[in-house]
Amino acid sequence: MKLELRGITKTFGPLVANDHIDLVVEPGEIHALLGENGAGKSTLMNVLYGLYDPDGGQILLEDRPVTFDGPGDAVRAGIGMVHQHFMLVPVFTVAESVALGYEPAGPGGILDLQAARRKVEEISERFGFHVDPDALIEELPVGVQQRVEIIKALSRDAKVLILDEPTAVLTPQETDELIKIMGELQDAGTSIVFITHKLREVRAIADRITVIRRGKVVGEASPESTETELASLMVGRSVSLAVDKTPAEVHDNSLVVSDLTVLNGSTPVVDHVSFTVQGGEILAIAGVQGNGQTELAEVILGIDEAAAGSITLDGKELLGLTVRQRLRAGIGFVPEDRSTDGVVSSFSIAENLVLDLYDTEPFAKGVSMYPARVAENAEVRTQEFDVRLTDIQDPISTLSGGNAQKVVLAREMSRPLRLLVASQPTRGLDVGSIEFVHKRIVAERDHGTPVLIVSTELDEVLALADRVAVMYRGRIIGIVDAREAGPAGINRDVLGLMMAGVPLEDAVQQAASHQSTLAGADALADGKDLT
Amino acid sequence: MTESNTPAPESTPEQPASSPTADRGEDPRSGSAILRQIVGGDVVISILAIIIALVIGAVLIAFADEDVADSISYVFARPSDFLGSAWSAVSDAYIALFRGAIFDFQADTFNRAVRPITESMTFATPLILAGLGIAVGFRAGLFNIGAQGQIIVGAIVAAYLGFAFDLPPVLHVLLCVLGGALGGALWGFIPGILKARTGANEVIVTIMLNWIAVYLVAYVLTLGKFNASGTGLRSPQIGPNAGYPSLIPDFLVPGNTFRLHWGFVVAILATVFVWWLLERSTIGFEIRAAGANPHAARTAGMSVGRITVLTMVIAGTLAGLAATSQVLVDGGSLTAGVAATYGFDAITVALLGRSKPLGTFIAGLLFGAFQAGGTLMQSVTSTPIDIVFVVQSVIVLLIAAPPLVRAIFRLPDPDASPKKVRATTKEAAA
Amino acid sequence: MSTPVIPVTAGTPGDELPGAAVLGKISYRIPITYAVLALAALLGLVGTMIGREGVWSQETEFQSRYGDQWFTIPNFSVPSMLTVIVLTVVLIAAAVYGYLLTRDRRTAPLWLHIVVGLAFVLAFLTWAGAGKTSVIPVTSLLAGALALSVPLIFGAMSGVICERSGIINIAIEGQLLFGAFAAAVVASLLTAPYLGLIAAPIAGGLVGALLAWFAVSYQVNQIIIGVVLNTLVLGLTSFFFSTLLADNASTWNARQPLGVIEIPLLSQIPILGPVLFRQTILVYLMYVTVIVLQIMLFRSRWGLRTRAVGEHPKAADTVGIHVNKRRVWNTILGGAVAGLGGAFFTVGSGLAFGREMSAGNGFIALAAMILGKWNPTGALVAALLFGFSKNLGNVLGTIGSPMPSQLLAMLPYVITIFAVAGLVGRVRAPAAEGIPYTK
Repeated sequence: MKLELRGITKTFGPLVANDHIDLVVEPGEIHALLGENGAGKSTLMNVLYGLYDPDGGQILLEDRPVTFDGPGDAVRAGIGMVHQHFMLVPVFTVAESVALGYEPAGPGGILDLQAARRKVEEISERFGFHVDPDALIEELPVGVQQRVEIIKALSRDAKVLILDEPTAVLTPQETDELIKIMGELQDAGTSIVFITHKLREVRAIADRITVIRRGKVVGEASPESTETELASLMVGRSVSLAVDKTPAEVHDNSLVVSDLTVLNGSTPVVDHVSFTVQGGEILAIAGVQGNGQTELAEVILGIDEAAAGSITLDGKELLGLTVRQRLRAGIGFVPEDRSTDGVVSSFSIAENLVLDLYDTEPFAKGVSMYPARVAENAEVRTQEFDVRLTDIQDPISTLSGGNAQKVVLAREMSRPLRLLVASQPTRGLDVGSIEFVHKRIVAERDHGTPVLIVSTELDEVLALADRVAVMYRGRIIGIVDAREAGPAGINRDVLGLMMAGVPLEDAVQQAASHQSTLAGADALADGKDLT
Repeated sequence: MTESNTPAPESTPEQPASSPTADRGEDPRSGSAILRQIVGGDVVISILAIIIALVIGAVLIAFADEDVADSISYVFARPSDFLGSAWSAVSDAYIALFRGAIFDFQADTFNRAVRPITESMTFATPLILAGLGIAVGFRAGLFNIGAQGQIIVGAIVAAYLGFAFDLPPVLHVLLCVLGGALGGALWGFIPGILKARTGANEVIVTIMLNWIAVYLVAYVLTLGKFNASGTGLRSPQIGPNAGYPSLIPDFLVPGNTFRLHWGFVVAILATVFVWWLLERSTIGFEIRAAGANPHAARTAGMSVGRITVLTMVIAGTLAGLAATSQVLVDGGSLTAGVAATYGFDAITVALLGRSKPLGTFIAGLLFGAFQAGGTLMQSVTSTPIDIVFVVQSVIVLLIAAPPLVRAIFRLPDPDASPKKVRATTKEAAA
Repeated sequence: MSTPVIPVTAGTPGDELPGAAVLGKISYRIPITYAVLALAALLGLVGTMIGREGVWSQETEFQSRYGDQWFTIPNFSVPSMLTVIVLTVVLIAAAVYGYLLTRDRRTAPLWLHIVVGLAFVLAFLTWAGAGKTSVIPVTSLLAGALALSVPLIFGAMSGVICERSGIINIAIEGQLLFGAFAAAVVASLLTAPYLGLIAAPIAGGLVGALLAWFAVSYQVNQIIIGVVLNTLVLGLTSFFFSTLLADNASTWNARQPLGVIEIPLLSQIPILGPVLFRQTILVYLMYVTVIVLQIMLFRSRWGLRTRAVGEHPKAADTVGIHVNKRRVWNTILGGAVAGLGGAFFTVGSGLAFGREMSAGNGFIALAAMILGKWNPTGALVAALLFGFSKNLGNVLGTIGSPMPSQLLAMLPYVITIFAVAGLVGRVRAPAAEGIPYTK
């Protein structure tokens, strides 16, 4: 089905998220929508899906203008969407999730769950998904949840399928699987809109690329363009994709984690994990979301309780200490979910900057606080970390994601650190903020602090890490030296296989004999760049 | 608590963060903008909400009045009769309300004329204190319905200390106040510790503790010392030094019989204290952080369990102080109805005051005035005091929904209209 | 099934990596609760019975007759001391067994809970009735318990409907009260109790509509609206009670009881028959409401969509479900159910309307719903437990017991706190509860 967007405009208060956007998707085409975080890609797709009312512009299907009052209309018109944050009810089964909204039902509205199950099995079989219709959503790994989302769209005969950042939660090999599925859908005549900010993917997958920046279409590109070309188009200036850093100078001070186990009920989520991070190096924990990294970071801070093992910082045992004692012992902690754990959104920027220091000198004496000193501190910190704001007394919710993350970083780095733990430090940030955050993290390492990074983004892991530990189902599958990383030794494919639970040596072998699509495209493009 | 968390749009590009007013395409200091702020602002909304509530109350008064009911049977023949009788019913009631609450212009002596305002303050004292307790809970994200029980237990302790001992002036009343506060604190501690330790929902536990306190006071009144009269209805009176002294001394207003006592000063001090606690102390910082985002509070090293217990103890203490204003008065004693409905009214007071100390204070005064006025209204007109509940709840409902009030009076929305201005200028530009 | 499909052989790290299995901490919540009950029984035994004169010869008499029946079980007596000792031993054994089970990481089976509950209640009854001339009326104890539970059950079902769709309904109290008021007034004016049954849900639905209107259209905090609506209904009903109803009771507030409908055969079952099947239509409606709600919530299109709206409204929106519309209608429906429950206070019990008649039942219903983990059957059990313990206090208060009546009256509230803190603890509410939905 042909899809055309003409002059779509959508504003949120003073913010213009989409500014007269035009887009044409031909039948059976895989069309990539490329843009960095916050460029307005998701807003555009939510307009197309009937979730947002556009302030201006037109949607045309097969050259006929259509209007959508809600997603129901869009679905009936043949549009399916797999959202970045899955739209699945955690306590439902797969069959219930797929049926929701289009339930097969008998008299009295009693559900025909048998029919819903058959539908799931049928589609699942056709594309080789292997999804159990009776599994509970919350118990499924994210990769499978994504398949449920695709089944949901296909069960409603989607002719245009929108995939919003679909690879964010996948290993390279799972991404391969997805690419294969996309190919099959394409063969069946489905048009696919593929939203991403990852340059490598669009070159491997897309037939055509539209680049969006700050709510506007800034150009079209072909998959043959180089990463550098795409990057400068996307960001609006030339960007260096690599992080500048010197080889690590390792010191004696260290974080030693040994035999650490964390339980969720009676199932281990962190399972006999041991590693060491020396002062002056960055150890990155790689892995697919939900393999115990979150719990590992939280148990180091003391939010989660360890069932066994030990965590020592410079020889001092941390287990048994409260969160506050650990923070005072010199841990800097950047939580994975900024809005939930990192900031209190109704608090002012100034208050958020002292969220874990409010009861120490000079901000307080006894129980008395000194707002003037809190404000003074905020002025200094926000300047140092280049936080763009109007007033430090405004609630932090007025800041963009990148600036809010800078506030968290500024707070955590405002005291002498003996350990920095940063989970997903750049999730959802724009390129400028990513560069800034990466620079500060490397600076902290160069300062001699042991740094532990948890990231699901292989790009980030490879850019920052001195060593990489891969976690799978609560265990560390292997630790590799990032200096060995390169096309010859440890590469993305190897790390990706390890993220799927393949031990290091097997992974190296398998990767050598079985190059992934993306890595193939890389090699091809690298070759082109050279010529 | 009234701000809804409208999620920010998913994509928030790195636009230069600028003040919301600067974006509005007009000078925020211009005359029309200032007018719009005032007309659409909180104060005007509050006043309009009170007006609507009084109008609704007037309709009810007229509806229930017998003369009005008689005249409505021939309303089409002589509408003036109907309107006249409705007007007189309503105006009689509201004049009595005013006379009972603020100033009695029909009184023959100065003392009687100004007595109503002191009565309002007297009624307001427990409402303010208990309301502050609820407000502190709200700020910590705790829905404490237990002020009623906390007042009762505070009253039991205060009364016991008041009649069982005989101590010198000042010392005795201080001891009793302290005891009342402790009693309330204990009753607040229970749901706090249960929530912190076992996760028991504080709404359920405080509701249950209210009932337990009701039966506890009934039981206590049957025990030895409390039951000196043998009726099981009323404890002995507190000692002569155990009551709060009268606030307005005789040399200031000679021959006054005002009930207003130093408990009101305690309410003022408590308001200031709660303000300091919430806005200027580390404890308040923790309470507000835990209330707004317990996850972030925990990540920042605060112990949310400890904050929960502490908050409930503070809330209970304030409710216990509210109890002292009821028991520690001249000739005061413990009865089963000692808490009246102050514990529940306090919730409305805290809501109306938006859980801010000064707001709660003012809301308490307003409700105290309604209470004092309603009492006189009930005695001199046929309008029952229950109308006051209706008026109070309509006020709180409307203040919580400013767009509704604006819609009723067709007022401009101070937030929305500049957007329109901006959109049109944009259109013109395009 | 839950493993992602990967084109390569996935590793099984569990096999080659070392490390002994680490087990989590054990929660002794349940055995501790059992032990407390056993201890209470033991203390009662030691404290009040041993050393009392003639204690071994005392008997407790139970009665199961209740109205006319084809056949009745005659009253029977048990030796008080011996019975209490046996039951206390059962309780201690259950506590030990519960401890052993928990220690071995097994969950206590349902029958153990039932045994403990029954043993404790029987021990308590036997103890209370020891040596009394009056009998323990078992059937009327249960009948009274059901009667006290009916408004609670309706209220809790109202809570389930509203909260499952994401709206917190603190206004159950107001809905009950308004339902009671409307039923009484309409039934009295039209001298037709069944018309009162139609008016009650309309009145409750009206309060629900107000709640939904402010919660959805103006996104006012739902707890605030609930609390304020309770005050509003209290004020309104008290106002009209003091004016219209009090002045002219014979027209406006005459008693109009619903007739008792006896179900043939079923009502002849000993003990439970007359309790369950010699009731007014309102009680039968309550059975239907619970059963239908349980089925509809988990087995129907309406239920699936309702739960989706309460758990993840955005997901519901993306499949074309109108989130706010559904929330509004469900809140009105919930209000109507509570309103119907309110009718039990007036026409359902054959009483005239009285000021503040709902007497906090709405809040107890809320507690029952939370205790029942937002499930209709769970809420039903919790409400019955509450009604039973309340009536236990009433009955013992009238036949006289070693415990002062005021302390007996605390029983249901203490038990509820126990249940919330001891057995339930942290519960999982519908995820989107109380959060207004905006796109």
